[in-house]
Amino acid sequence: MAPPRNHRPGFSRRAQYTVFAGYVLAASGALVGAILLLISIIDPRAFAVFRSAMREATTPISAGLDWAWDGVSSVPRGIGDYFGAVGENRQLRAREAATRRYLMQARTLNRENARLRTLLALRDRSASPVVAARLVNSSASSTRRYATLNAGSAQGVLRGQPVRGPDGLIGRIVETSPNTASVLLILDPESIVPVRRTRDGLSAIVAGLGNGQVEVRTAGVVNAPLLAGDVFVTSGTGGIYPPGVPVARVSRSQRDVAPARVFAEPDALDFALVERAFLQPPVPRPTPTATPSPKPATE
Amino acid sequence: MKLLGPDDDRNDRVLTRKAVLSILAGSLVTLIPVVASVPFLPPFGLLMFLGWRLLRPGALTVWAAAPLGLFDDLVSGQPLGSAVLMWQICSLMLDLVDTRLVTRDFWQDWVLAGGSVALCLVAGRVFASSLSAQVDAALVFQIVVSVALFPLATRLCTALAGHEDE
Repeated sequence: MAPPRNHRPGFSRRAQYTVFAGYVLAASGALVGAILLLISIIDPRAFAVFRSAMREATTPISAGLDWAWDGVSSVPRGIGDYFGAVGENRQLRAREAATRRYLMQARTLNRENARLRTLLALRDRSASPVVAARLVNSSASSTRRYATLNAGSAQGVLRGQPVRGPDGLIGRIVETSPNTASVLLILDPESIVPVRRTRDGLSAIVAGLGNGQVEVRTAGVVNAPLLAGDVFVTSGTGGIYPPGVPVARVSRSQRDVAPARVFAEPDALDFALVERAFLQPPVPRPTPTATPSPKPATE
Repeated sequence: MKLLGPDDDRNDRVLTRKAVLSILAGSLVTLIPVVASVPFLPPFGLLMFLGWRLLRPGALTVWAAAPLGLFDDLVSGQPLGSAVLMWQICSLMLDLVDTRLVTRDFWQDWVLAGGSVALCLVAGRVFASSLSAQVDAALVFQIVVSVALFPLATRLCTALAGHEDE
């Protein structure tokens, strides 16, 4: 191993000063790091601008890699599809015959449902998604669980909007930039989702653990049994997540607190839907002024 | 190094540029299109940094750790400042070690790098997530993988640095 060349700079004053200045800079670098760290622990959103700028610059690379990987990984599937087509065709025909009955039943139920809804004059909230985009990368080397979405404020994505996949809830938007956004996954140790049990409406929260699993904690009820296989969906409490989105299934029967697995497994994520926040954020109250402004009626 | 003539100076500059670019590229490995549910990826930026620092101490000045750490923080998802602080502390500690051990062999390098990686990852975990988060098993796995990958990082550094010029 080569011994370091610049440790003993000899008798040159200038070289000595250079080495000394290097250490002064190094020490102040560490100090600046400590200050930055303190600020970002106190206010996690403090440096969002810099992170967003970096994400804006790097996400095209990720998206390109994602696209290339999709192309490569579809080759074996394509070959398999080619040779398995006959068997698959036979299978699908059999399944079609078997499910026709359910289809008829579902159509009838649908019609009846529509009729009953009209009778009740239910006003359904329009659940149109803001945008459908891909999750292109994630903080794979960090203990936090963030993913990058390939759509941002230019596409209408706002901070606080929920993100869901076809199988269930993924997370919510925490930072946006013009073309990218950062998503806090529900697996993150800081994430909390208010949920209820599908079979009896027992309210609970789903908290991320950080190890790829989540934890269901019952809210309010003491000694409530949680059985393996219990399904929890969002309750709409808190106003971020719309009600009725599947979140997690309990994996081991326990009381009060039980481990669970999420429905939207991140490694299988393809497209993500960004939806509007269930309740719009409150409009900030106007600051009171000393003299009340004249009412429009008096004018 | 400035005293050794313009040609040597240019070689040093090329080496520094290679070192910086390879460390930045190591930090950018987090761009791989995978949505992870556990921290499985070793900190490649840190591994490359330690590789350069231990293999060619002259390639990077002692204060270079802070700006390189800042770049790593911007892409890693850790709270900003954690890599700035920890990489700089590692850099200063290795300088301290250099004054005691004048020549090191590869095994000592590996031990030093392993200790530094473990320190950085554990500190990063403490900074990033609350102590109640159950990430410790994944963290141990991450440390083991990172330490095992350090020889690869040094091979990469040697390949980039070219033949020895002493």
